[in-house]
Amino acid sequence: MILTGAEIVVETLIEQGCKTVFGYPGGQVINLYDALYTRSDRIQHILTAHEQGAAHAADGYARASGEVGVVIATSGPGATNLVTGIATAYLDSIPMVAITGNVPNSLIGKDSFQEVDITGVTLPITKHNFLVKSVDKLADTIREAFKIAKSGRPGPVLVDIPKDVQVASYPYQACPVVEKKMSKKAKGDKLSRAAQMIAESQKPYVYFGGGAVSADISKEITELADKIDAPIGCTMMGLSAVPVNHPRYLGMEGMHGHYASSVSQDEADLIITIGARFSDRATGNVSKYARKAKIIHIDADGAELNKNVSAELGIECDVKDALQRLISLVDQKKNPEWMARIAELKAEEQVQFEKVTAKDRITPYALIQETAKHTEADTPVVTDVGQHQMWVAQYYPFRNSRTFISSGGLGTMGFGLGAAIGAAKATGKRTVLFTGDGSFGMNLNELATVSAENVPVVIVIMNNHVLGMVRQWQTLFFQKHYSNTDLHERKTDFVKLADAFGIRGYRIQDLSELSAVIEKAFAENSPALIDCAIYEDEFVLPMLPPGGCIEDIITERSDK
Amino acid sequence: MTERFVIAILVENQPGILTRVASMFNRRGFNIDSLTVSETETHEYSRITISLTGDDGICRQIIKQLKKLYNVKEVKVMDRQKSVFRELALIKLKNVPETRQEILSAVDIFRSKIVDFSPSTLCVEITGETSKIEAFIALVEPLGILEMCRTGVVAIERGCHYLNSDTSL
Ligand SMILES: Cc1ncc(C[n+]2csc(CCOP(=O)(O)OP(=O)(O)O)c2C)c(N)n1
Ligand SMILES: [Mg+2]
Repeated sequence: MILTGAEIVVETLIEQGCKTVFGYPGGQVINLYDALYTRSDRIQHILTAHEQGAAHAADGYARASGEVGVVIATSGPGATNLVTGIATAYLDSIPMVAITGNVPNSLIGKDSFQEVDITGVTLPITKHNFLVKSVDKLADTIREAFKIAKSGRPGPVLVDIPKDVQVASYPYQACPVVEKKMSKKAKGDKLSRAAQMIAESQKPYVYFGGGAVSADISKEITELADKIDAPIGCTMMGLSAVPVNHPRYLGMEGMHGHYASSVSQDEADLIITIGARFSDRATGNVSKYARKAKIIHIDADGAELNKNVSAELGIECDVKDALQRLISLVDQKKNPEWMARIAELKAEEQVQFEKVTAKDRITPYALIQETAKHTEADTPVVTDVGQHQMWVAQYYPFRNSRTFISSGGLGTMGFGLGAAIGAAKATGKRTVLFTGDGSFGMNLNELATVSAENVPVVIVIMNNHVLGMVRQWQTLFFQKHYSNTDLHERKTDFVKLADAFGIRGYRIQDLSELSAVIEKAFAENSPALIDCAIYEDEFVLPMLPPGGCIEDIITERSDK
Repeated sequence: MTERFVIAILVENQPGILTRVASMFNRRGFNIDSLTVSETETHEYSRITISLTGDDGICRQIIKQLKKLYNVKEVKVMDRQKSVFRELALIKLKNVPETRQEILSAVDIFRSKIVDFSPSTLCVEITGETSKIEAFIALVEPLGILEMCRTGVVAIERGCHYLNSDTSL
């Protein structure tokens, strides 16, 4: 079958199982959009308000489904608008394929209209990228892009296609979906060594990150912890892989981690780490991190081993296979003293929580709990970046894996709305977005997309009228110099804004209104926005100050 | 403990690959002492040789990061004992009667050669291991180096060891 390059792109996407793409048209992808037009029966294109929103949507789609997310943009400004979205996916190892048009080959390098060297720009933020110079390579390059994106440690891949390549014709033949390249299996002797270390430990701690979500090992993690009688903690990227109500689960550790999770990690004598990369937000000062523990580090990416912390035992492997084999190698253990200590820490944490959580106003905790009454186990819960993100990470009762969708590594404000659209599209489920007034302001243009597509997303703005996270640092470390973090003067009426986009808008100002308004917002399966006022000086606690260690943990406000 | 490593990298012969390798070093803050790229025995691959100073941990991290690059086929640290290292330098010196004899005997001792000779300058070509070249430079430096360029190290293993794992006798 002879097709044009543009048609080949669309057929290859269909062949690779892609059902939904996000994007924005322009001169150098107009042929591609024409090809999409004729195949709209097989592949749905979601037009966003901005390419950044499209990139975050493709990312959210991938996070919620585990499938490769696809985004399309035109050359020049279209392509550069993807950059933040691609970097966000890269830092969180999310499988994504970005397709950009470029000026025809004959005009490349001439500073032509809307010409940008996007493969150059995205070099350090993609797993790999391609400039397809001739149509005969096109289909195979896209297949290869999918393969790279989902293999090993996943990540974004960009394919830049000059316009003449989209116009040229070439025979096309459909191929099966490319399989991901399997990671190598863990060596037996390494697993035996791990089993040995576990046998010798008295205070083991099972610790996982985003790699546990992408490798789908929720079951293996709890099984291992049950067998070796250990508590379970995770990084922010690991959230939702283990249900919050699991008796061994202590939650996220690190800068804003749960007290019991961080402290027990510090007291542990063995940390079995799976698919986590010891980022500075998770470890604090690395030289004082987990001083009493030996570390076993199991990861799909060998380059993570001994990158940030040195591990007694590093295993680069397919983590699911490794865990399954490790479970069968270890004997059932009992660590009653250690588990008693864990219970003690959990009780301490509860006391601290009661102490810092107000009852007489709308606390983030109350708002999150009230919202959670209307969600299901498989409801995608998306966040933006700031205090609200940390509160959701701390308090939302996650049940199913892949339901927590948040920008961890890059911490991209403005990620949320696009990602929520993507997650809702991927799952067909009503999706909840928790956002902040600052973050929401960055990409609220995507309300247009929500409205046009009637995406069932409930947007909960935790409106403190400040850039709360930065303000918290200013309070603690900059003598309350609130430099450029006060948003009161903006006077944005988010309810009117929702109305302007044809979306239901609600306001909550007092605790007495909380549950009734939330109920109303969830009553219909259509987009809704809730602007909920919260106290501007609510703190995210506990907090390990940046570069600090466990002794520096702040558990309550002392500045008042 | 920091020491000098020479890493040989076999990469697919494709545009942009040098940028990818160099960009990785830049982004992760690894310093390069020298870098050379050249053709190899097959048209399919190019060979990059990088020399750098760092500790063992950095070296291992670099190897792993290089292996992750898509167009990289092989990466190997060249063993000090089991490899041949060479580098070439062209060094232009002042050509004046007072120092000429000294230069000529240095050239002789180091088994290098004069490749250009003008009334006021002369140019020496020297080949060898980095240490030899550096010793020569130290020797002639007081005599006034006007200009210098070096190729950077290239290295190849001795005997039946090959960078390309597909190669055999
Ligand atoms: C794109 C971007 N710019 C700046 C920052 C730095 N930053 C981190 S949190 C934050 C404040 C977020 O404010 P808001 O969305 O209102 O959330 P809150 O902390 O108030 O809950 C800022 C400015 C960032 N993470 N991302
Ligand atoms: Mg705010």
